[in-house]
Amino acid sequence: MSACVTFKDLTLGYNSHPAVHHLNGVIREGSLTALVGANGSGKSTLMKGIVGLLKPMAGYCKVAPGTRLAYLPQQSELDRSFPARVVDLVSLGLWPRRGLLGRIRPEDREAVAKALSAVGLEGFEKRPIDTLSGGQLQRSLFARVLVQDANLILLDEPFNAIDAKTVADLIDLIKRWHSEKRTVVVVAHDLDLVRQHFPAALLLARQPVAWGEVRDALSPENLLRARQFHEAWDENAPWCEAPGAIAHSHHETGILHADSHAHQRGSF
Amino acid sequence: MIALYDLLVAPFAEFAFMQRALLGAILLSISACPVGVFLMLRRMSLTGDAMAHAILPGAAAGFLLYGLQIVPMTIGGLIAGMMVALGAGAVARLTIQKEDASMAAFYLISLSLGVLMVSLRGSSVDLMHVLFGTVLALNNAALTLIGLVAATTLIALFVFWRALVAECLDPLFLRSVSRLGSPVHFIFLGLVVINLVAGFQALGTLLSVGLMILPAAAARFWTQRTEFMCLLAIGLGMLSSVSGLLLSYHLSLPSGPAIILSAGVAYSVSVLGGTRGLLFTRRPRTAHRTA
Repeated sequence: MSACVTFKDLTLGYNSHPAVHHLNGVIREGSLTALVGANGSGKSTLMKGIVGLLKPMAGYCKVAPGTRLAYLPQQSELDRSFPARVVDLVSLGLWPRRGLLGRIRPEDREAVAKALSAVGLEGFEKRPIDTLSGGQLQRSLFARVLVQDANLILLDEPFNAIDAKTVADLIDLIKRWHSEKRTVVVVAHDLDLVRQHFPAALLLARQPVAWGEVRDALSPENLLRARQFHEAWDENAPWCEAPGAIAHSHHETGILHADSHAHQRGSF
Repeated sequence: MIALYDLLVAPFAEFAFMQRALLGAILLSISACPVGVFLMLRRMSLTGDAMAHAILPGAAAGFLLYGLQIVPMTIGGLIAGMMVALGAGAVARLTIQKEDASMAAFYLISLSLGVLMVSLRGSSVDLMHVLFGTVLALNNAALTLIGLVAATTLIALFVFWRALVAECLDPLFLRSVSRLGSPVHFIFLGLVVINLVAGFQALGTLLSVGLMILPAAAARFWTQRTEFMCLLAIGLGMLSSVSGLLLSYHLSLPSGPAIILSAGVAYSVSVLGGTRGLLFTRRPRTAHRTA
């Protein structure tokens, strides 16, 4: 499979402090990857880097040409007091197809209706978004991703504060996207959930700790190494002088430090 | 019947200056009220007020150089408004400071410059004119300007409607699918500026923002749909214009404040009696459905 996203010495950060440090590797087309790591380990920053919301401090992140991208951020800037209905919110997903001026066609309305039905929100079309529960809002946002019909889907902590049934439904959707050969990257903290449903994982602690098949990447040794990561910035840290010399995950195997298949329960 | 005619129709039927005032105020309502709806929905209502102050030095410069001439005062106001909008917007987008603070800083500098310029050469009568306008003395040039601004605004709103709604509703989403996020914000600030400039001949720099914000704020209490809110705001703006002009005619009140106070009445009624207003949403309800 060819590369959907390529990282080359990618360093992303804020105020000259790296949040993602010299990441190398490839997210392959059609892969389903869990992005795992402690708070402050660079997961959301990496997502923003892929979307292009954050410019690299060094290296690059290349998304394959022609990729249609859908991004569900962790901290949505959605204004729930805005006078919009569920159908208006989900219809925003038509933007990549219709843009600024394209006419909304009957098949577009059908796509929105099908997406709402797929997330179990039939009958919610005319509900104002300020009356939705947290789970209903998350379902609406997944419906918007469905409408976007993207081939690279980035979901940043989509299961936060969501009940078990909704999580199960959303996981089903993610698996459906995977079966449709779309590339999906999901930030998740529940390691059991990741092991159960995700074939691959990238364990991040500013630098990649492990990247590969999920049981290898999330080995006890790797998790221990990741947990030793200190998220605080060091104001006296020396300047990084050798781009690319710090840490690498391998393109071919995609696995780092994967020497145990033992499972460890828990979560980040 | 005749009394009603004398009260409501005769002033407009008999006096050309009243017809021009009515035309100007109605055009301003069509143009400024939907802009006000988006200002309000973006929680930028007070930004409108700040921008209104910001255009003062430009208008004053035009006035100082050319006297009470619409074209130089308008161009001056436009330049000052755009500089403040772009400057405050740029500081907000490129630094840690949020737009409320940068806008306040820029408009205060601009306002003090404006007052300084007017006081250097003008009289208090001139200052009153710039600050409060004269809707009853709209000439052809002013009406043409208001018409052009209204046409530009309606076309821009039509073209950028989808982006404006997306930018208000979920700005991060818009940035993830399009590069229009920042441009549409500045286009919107531009619309605010040209509408304030169009309004200041009629209502003055201080009150032109009133016709923008009050009908929009009132419309919020009646509907949950943005497009209906815009239409309702335009309707309320027109109603306020007509009633304000009639009040001004019959009671010899200054026309600008009379129009804005009429809009204020519409706002007060909406706060209380709107379908989403105080009385409806706060009344005690014991009857409830099972699901």
